[in-house]
Amino acid sequence: MNSTDDLLVIDGVTKAYPGVVANSDVSFRIRKGEVHALLGENGAGKSTLVKTIYGLVTPDAGTMTLDGQAYAPAEPSAARQAGVAMVFQHFSLFDALSVAENIALGMETPPKRRVLARQIREVSEAYGLPLSPNRRVGDLSAGERQRVEIVRCLLQNPRLLIMDEPTSVLTPQEVEILFRTLRQLSAEGTAILYISHKLDEIRALCDTATILRHGKVVGDCVPRDTSARDMAEMMVAAKLDTPVKHPGTRGEEVFAVDGLSLPAASQFGTALKDIAFSVRKGEILGIGGVAGNGQDELFAVLSGETRTAPGSVAFQGAPVGRLGPHERRAIGILSAPEERLGHAAAPDMSLADNALMTAALRMKLAPGGWIDWKGVRAYAEKVIKGFDVRTPGAHTAAGALSGGNLQKFVVGREVMQDPALLIVNQPTWGVDAAAAAHIRKALIKLAEEGAALIVISQDLDELMEISDRITAICDGRMVRPRPAQGLTMNDLGLMLGGRDPEEEAVA
Amino acid sequence: MDISLINLVPLLMAASTPILLAGLGELVVEKSGVLNLGVEGMMIVGAITGFMAAVATGSPTLGFLGGALGGAAMALIFGLLTQGLMSNQVATGLALTLFGLGLSALLGQGFVGLKPPATPKLPVPGLSELPVIGPMLFRHDLMVYLSLAAVAAVWAFLRYSRPGLILRAVGENHAAAHALGYKVTRIRIYAILFGGAMAGLGGAYLSLVRVPQWTEGMTAGAGWIALALVVFAAWRPVPLLVGAYLFGGITVLQLNMQAAGVNVPVELLSMSPYVVTILVLVAMSAAGAAAGAPGSLGRAFHASR
Repeated sequence: MNSTDDLLVIDGVTKAYPGVVANSDVSFRIRKGEVHALLGENGAGKSTLVKTIYGLVTPDAGTMTLDGQAYAPAEPSAARQAGVAMVFQHFSLFDALSVAENIALGMETPPKRRVLARQIREVSEAYGLPLSPNRRVGDLSAGERQRVEIVRCLLQNPRLLIMDEPTSVLTPQEVEILFRTLRQLSAEGTAILYISHKLDEIRALCDTATILRHGKVVGDCVPRDTSARDMAEMMVAAKLDTPVKHPGTRGEEVFAVDGLSLPAASQFGTALKDIAFSVRKGEILGIGGVAGNGQDELFAVLSGETRTAPGSVAFQGAPVGRLGPHERRAIGILSAPEERLGHAAAPDMSLADNALMTAALRMKLAPGGWIDWKGVRAYAEKVIKGFDVRTPGAHTAAGALSGGNLQKFVVGREVMQDPALLIVNQPTWGVDAAAAAHIRKALIKLAEEGAALIVISQDLDELMEISDRITAICDGRMVRPRPAQGLTMNDLGLMLGGRDPEEEAVA
Repeated sequence: MDISLINLVPLLMAASTPILLAGLGELVVEKSGVLNLGVEGMMIVGAITGFMAAVATGSPTLGFLGGALGGAAMALIFGLLTQGLMSNQVATGLALTLFGLGLSALLGQGFVGLKPPATPKLPVPGLSELPVIGPMLFRHDLMVYLSLAAVAAVWAFLRYSRPGLILRAVGENHAAAHALGYKVTRIRIYAILFGGAMAGLGGAYLSLVRVPQWTEGMTAGAGWIALALVVFAAWRPVPLLVGAYLFGGITVLQLNMQAAGVNVPVELLSMSPYVVTILVLVAMSAAGAAAGAPGSLGRAFHASR
């Protein structure tokens, strides 16, 4: 049974928390030097399993064997000593510390500073991930920050490298660099356990995949020979409807931004530079871009949180630059921000309260200044039903919902108010495949019913799937929008870098 | 009284030592991500326990030890409540101050009017005979030298040692530190105990050297000054030293000026230490803008899952 090229054998691992079984009798094996994908929806138990392997969680039952030896790390340092390293989904970095200090913190016995700095340079060069040891991590880009984590792992010569959603913040070009590094590692004999929602990436990179659902292993496959659709269906145990876009009737221009410039609000903000675009009735305009290139600033201008010169933003021909979010809602401009907890929803308040906050005006939930609680609850229930939000009811606190469910709620809350223009920022960030498909379908349907939509997203597949036209924002400047049909990933990559693919082709 | 540097500097060093000690302790606590507003309470408990120990044993050294233990005991209460039971740090710190003021008044009832054993001066051999500099810098008691050594030690600890790096990491991002396997709660408890001991030493210095006797409420806000200095010094030991000496120096200077009958309203003189210290430290922290508050300062940490 135990062949010698098995690196990690997981046998019957079970972990239960009060009210939920995170892992139930999970068994699979990772061979030496292979890239092994771990697939599953949000809440399928991937994180718990990975934390068990990394020693952050002690399983209730089951055993693990690493390279023929019993393996039961009591804490992460034991895991690191055994040769297991991990790159976290949310970067576990310290902003105020330097690259070298961050790396030293992740090592058991770090060498002297000067030696460590040299090692960092050597390893990062060897794997094509250039890094300067003395820079402050807070000043680095998302891609560079991930390099810090990877180099931290590589310096310890791991036998197993765990990567939790590593590409969610990277540009396609950065993803390419990362994959090249991972393939190089795998060729040198390091096994990689790779967790991602992005099935195309898994098909491109991974040798085998194990699929989890509700804490159980429900199957495995060879990603290269399995379609993304089949894998997604194994994850959710249901037929997936990929949203289909009908390139339908497009009406007159409803919303236009012209000559919009805005200085950066803070030291870490991005200035917007001479942005101009327009959206028509029934059209979805996708805005791509790597995080931190001005998306949040642009969203604030569009939603009315940041006010601008009256003429730079026009709705149905009238200047609205000076109107705040409330006034814009009154005339049909609705928006759903990226940050679910704290921006789109108040975590400690119930779903009904949260529904009231943006829908009071258009759904007439507070006539004469008095709250119509019956109406509020009815509206919240309507959103919950219409968007398949899995929750006990409208009285549940927003913060108690899983990310995907809350996202369905905050998007649904706006969609159901019959907007003339809807602006959404990262509509499916951190949301599993089924919920994402649901949200995208709702957005497409809304456009088909005649609304104009602006979708800001870092997920290029999503933009390709739902947008009629796509543009990108880079360092506060916007690329000329182009029809989504016929755009290649390479074009998109160029656009994310702030270049116009057509001009590049000519040049 | 003659206002000259040779007179002033030794006085200011002694006057600054209590807030320097307490501030240094709080700096380490805050670097670990914990906001302990109970410095005043820990100081005054240190003042009375130190006084009691010194009177009972006749040894100032044991007195300082008693002060440190008293402050650390108070800090332990804070640590158990905030780190063990996840109580709110701001509320617990304020309560600790009120508790400390009351407790010290109770403990000190039999000690009002007593005189503690004198703390001997320890002139540094050789150096103390230097003209001008000798009497200014090298004829102090042990605690003044120790407080300066502590500044250097804390600076080097935070900057160059691995435990110091881990402490900073815990204060900067406790979730990440936990994910790397560092024991956030334990490290913070240690830091809190250190902060309490230093505050206790500062309090004992007040009751054993500065005043030297026991009176109720004798810290008179020194703990709050220490807290403010930590913020204005942008959590760096050396600016903290500058701030503490500046504050102590202007306090001594304005007292001397009052005694000399300088023609400036007393109210202006009395407020000058606060105003000048704040202005100077604001300017200093604006210049070194890179250093900010520790990222996890004041946030409760609970290792979930």
